[in-house]
Amino acid sequence: MSEQELARKSIHYRKKILQYIMEAKAGHTGGSLSCIDILNVLYNHTLNVSPENFTSPDRDRYIQSKGHTVEALFVVLADKGFFPETDLLTMGKYGSHYIGHPTRKVHGVEQNTGALGHGLPLSVGTALAAKMDNRPYRVFTLLGDGELPEGSNWEAALTAAHYKLDNLCAIIDHNKLQITGPTSEVCNTDPIDQKFESFGWSVRHVDGHNIQALKETFEGVPFTDGKPSLVIAHTIKGKGVSYMENEIKWHHGVPDDKQFRQAMEELNHALESAERIESII
Amino acid sequence: MGTFIETGTVTGKANLDVFSGTLQQLAETDTDIIAVTSDSRGSGKLASFGQKFPRQIVEIGIAEQNLVGVAAGLASAGKKVFAVSPACFLTARALEQIKNDVAYSDNPVKLVGISAGVSYGALGTTHHSLHDFAVLRAIHNLIVVAPADNFETEQAIRQAAETQHPVYLRFGKKPMPLLTAEDTHFEFGKGRIIREGADIAIVATGETVYPALQAAEKLEREYHIHSTVISMHTIKPLDYNLLARVASKVGAILTVEEHSVYGGLGEACASFLLENGYHLPFKIMGIPDEYTVTGSQMEIFNHYGISENGIAEKALQLLRKK
Repeated sequence: MSEQELARKSIHYRKKILQYIMEAKAGHTGGSLSCIDILNVLYNHTLNVSPENFTSPDRDRYIQSKGHTVEALFVVLADKGFFPETDLLTMGKYGSHYIGHPTRKVHGVEQNTGALGHGLPLSVGTALAAKMDNRPYRVFTLLGDGELPEGSNWEAALTAAHYKLDNLCAIIDHNKLQITGPTSEVCNTDPIDQKFESFGWSVRHVDGHNIQALKETFEGVPFTDGKPSLVIAHTIKGKGVSYMENEIKWHHGVPDDKQFRQAMEELNHALESAERIESII
Repeated sequence: MGTFIETGTVTGKANLDVFSGTLQQLAETDTDIIAVTSDSRGSGKLASFGQKFPRQIVEIGIAEQNLVGVAAGLASAGKKVFAVSPACFLTARALEQIKNDVAYSDNPVKLVGISAGVSYGALGTTHHSLHDFAVLRAIHNLIVVAPADNFETEQAIRQAAETQHPVYLRFGKKPMPLLTAEDTHFEFGKGRIIREGADIAIVATGETVYPALQAAEKLEREYHIHSTVISMHTIKPLDYNLLARVASKVGAILTVEEHSVYGGLGEACASFLLENGYHLPFKIMGIPDEYTVTGSQMEIFNHYGISENGIAEKALQLLRKK
């Protein structure tokens, strides 16, 4: 898929995220919008995973540690054909499998997550199994920057380097905001790159909304043979909707009708611009 | 049920030795058997396993949350994982990982809590595991097992290796007697009758089954009181059928466990019995709600009456004969 097509897909995904959050009357809006370009590139470019090969032991694994932005994951999985998109109309409703965090009851979800600090240890174990069995699959996991203070992340970071898991790639959705405020003020984890490097990881920074840069970065995994890879993806919370961008209050929240109309207008406008640019190219 | 033997005539190994020996046997033919340890291969008796199968042991270091998360990841990729760590840390420090990564995600990890209960004796309250039944009983999709002798331990290991769901196995440190001379059947969720008698049932688990059996023999010898002794090796799912059958026959039920009297085997039995209309004298023996006294495991057992004399005395009180 071309970069232009992927860029348009991201805008479609953003619209769907907002639509289903409106439908569910709940959702982690800002974080879903900040990580959607990453998921887009992973599922439409990088990962060897599909509904057809999901039972194969050799499929690539994606584990979403920041489980609260499940809306982004569900929208992408539906687009990839793991389940009918109409299922998402039940999101958050009584008895639905499409709940506020990833669950294996939904086809395509690898692990039940949501409690923070769990994705990296799970990914380490899964990547270690691949090494033991000489299997070709890779494991990608998405962490939020706000979950980094959980000690289990650092325990797992040690283990990943100790076992030289170069089939593991952790991505930090570094939007720099968490529910209480800036991550630097809640519990400063900077410099993240130096910390992971000192643990034995190979680290790269990337613009988390630049499709081409994301593609190239993921293509480069492992960045160093024998080392786990960390991608620090610099993102904007609420990306794509002007009044949500970098606003903590949109960590979670449902737009009112007027706000929703404005968001859709902005995203439709972005879509028209993308199509216009594409036609010129 | 096997043929009953005279108490204590056969001495077996420590259950941990049986664990490591059985795991080694399984690993001979199954390369998917993996031991994951938290700097605990010595205390888990896994040193020779590690030497023999260096590709089947994963050292995590002292990091229990990570131990359980990594074990869940390995299990999700098809490995038969035994995650070994002192019971006190495994089930408290990594409780959320047990709940989410293992039980909720149904990753079939075999959690092995070593040196459980007050096995660490004089190391004190930080190292005593007197809460694990209580917290793990409250987690859905987890089989909770405390074997009472070498036979139960070996069977539990073998069945756990093949079970496609999470299991918690709880082992102590000391050598175990063999409870019956001939054993034919072990199944998770089915209590094992060690001795039969119509006056009182002593329902015990893990390392307290042996003193319960000794007490039953003392009651028989000195008071002509006939006791049923059950090794309730599986705390969850609890063998409700056996409990109901026994409750209809005997005059009283006494439960014994190396665990807080809160939330363990005794309360599990009590809630079943009361909810199902069985009204008979009932007593829970275990560690009271206090910071445990210092001493060896046996000294602590004796202090709290988890001994031949203590259990017999409690049984007599329950039967109002003393």
